[in-house]
Amino acid sequence: MTVKHHITPSVLAAYAAGTLPEPFALVVASHVSLCDACRADVAGYEAVGGAVLETVFDRIEDGGDAITMSPDALAQVMAKLDDMVLDTDPAPRASDPVFPAPLLDYVGGGVDAVKWKRIGGGVKQAVLQNSAEGSVRLLYIPAGMAVPDHTHGGLELTMVLQGAFSDETGRFLRGDVETGDEDLEHTPIAEAGMPCICLAATDAPLKFTSLIPRLIQPFIGI
Amino acid sequence: MTTPYDHLRRRSAPPPLAPPLGDQIRVQRVQRGDLIGQCNIVQDQAETITKADVDTVKVDPWTHCLERIRDERCAESFAALFGHFAPRAKAFLMRGGSSEALAEEAAQEALATVWQKAAKFDGSRASASTWIFTILRNKQIDAIRKARRPEPEDLPWGMEPQADAADSLAMSQEETVLREAVRTLPDAQRDIIERAYFGDLTHAQIAVVTGLPLGTIKSRIRLGLDRLRHEMTKHTT
Ligand SMILES: [Zn+2]
Repeated sequence: MTVKHHITPSVLAAYAAGTLPEPFALVVASHVSLCDACRADVAGYEAVGGAVLETVFDRIEDGGDAITMSPDALAQVMAKLDDMVLDTDPAPRASDPVFPAPLLDYVGGGVDAVKWKRIGGGVKQAVLQNSAEGSVRLLYIPAGMAVPDHTHGGLELTMVLQGAFSDETGRFLRGDVETGDEDLEHTPIAEAGMPCICLAATDAPLKFTSLIPRLIQPFIGI
Repeated sequence: MTTPYDHLRRRSAPPPLAPPLGDQIRVQRVQRGDLIGQCNIVQDQAETITKADVDTVKVDPWTHCLERIRDERCAESFAALFGHFAPRAKAFLMRGGSSEALAEEAAQEALATVWQKAAKFDGSRASASTWIFTILRNKQIDAIRKARRPEPEDLPWGMEPQADAADSLAMSQEETVLREAVRTLPDAQRDIIERAYFGDLTHAQIAVVTGLPLGTIKSRIRLGLDRLRHEMTKHTT
């Protein structure tokens, strides 16, 4: 595994806690699929969640005596168990050389299944989700092409799935994630060779700083 | 091996070995008599193993209990597990802002999911409370926040027939240490951690809390992953 640029601990912790907005959670799940270091970190933060669950009564005034299940809860649940279809050895999830399994689920297939929209200069995108919580999209950048110059209003996570890009902060290859925020103004350029495909999540609309993308922005929906 | 947290190990009292069985469980014993015979045999065996070990290593009784559910579909163990975790799950959700009715329902569903997915439990990767936390968390996202949770690609963990019991023991020991470390944090710090897990903090507000012995858990998990990757390459070449 050659992943060099990882996801920050606080984002991994929020993913483990279950509070990370879905667009970012998709990037984390995709990165963790390719990165054992972050997978182990997530498991560590989940263990903290286990400790919080186990000790939840410590911190309730009366030691938790007031919080009990309804008297017939166990009987109700046990009555259902015999009829449950057990989740034993599920069929393995589909695999793909470019898209990790969680991304395959969102796209509904591999790269061929993506419904790209051109946004100028040979750059294409496909918005996978766009809501008040944020958006997540796939970007296709031809080799040697610059992604339109932009700054960020909030958090942005960009993961390389194919090819590579470089910007002022470094070089990003398959599996690497770049974390952007208000302070990062950068011009990522796809490296020569194959087109660069990225998964990018953001919680604020992208602010393009050059003229043409600014004109395009109202039409691309984010 | 000694760690800076050994004092916590010594200080923490061993958890009760056999989960106490309440009245509700005796009712179930009558209703589900067909399963109980098998269950007692398993429990007897488990007790001979754990009684000898429990003073030297802190075996998590709930991990054992969940393993019995996984391996024997033991109804009695399920009832005991339910008695311990269902009220905690409910309290957890209520502290996260759920109404009592919603929390009751989601806690019941989470525990039913524990029975359904028990085959996937691997004590060398997580203790029972951590594994149940992940199920509860997913239930909360799905049923209460109405969002999807993207899950990473799973690893073909079951290549070896059963995870080494020693790994499982070591993991539950690490998690016992972690739990005691959470318990002994200053209130303000403990507050921040809990609020992060109850959903009171956004990802931008979560500062990674220092002072928790997470390093050993992470490296233990990392070791298991490396071993698995090694196994996988051996099988494909
Ligand atoms: Zn990583």
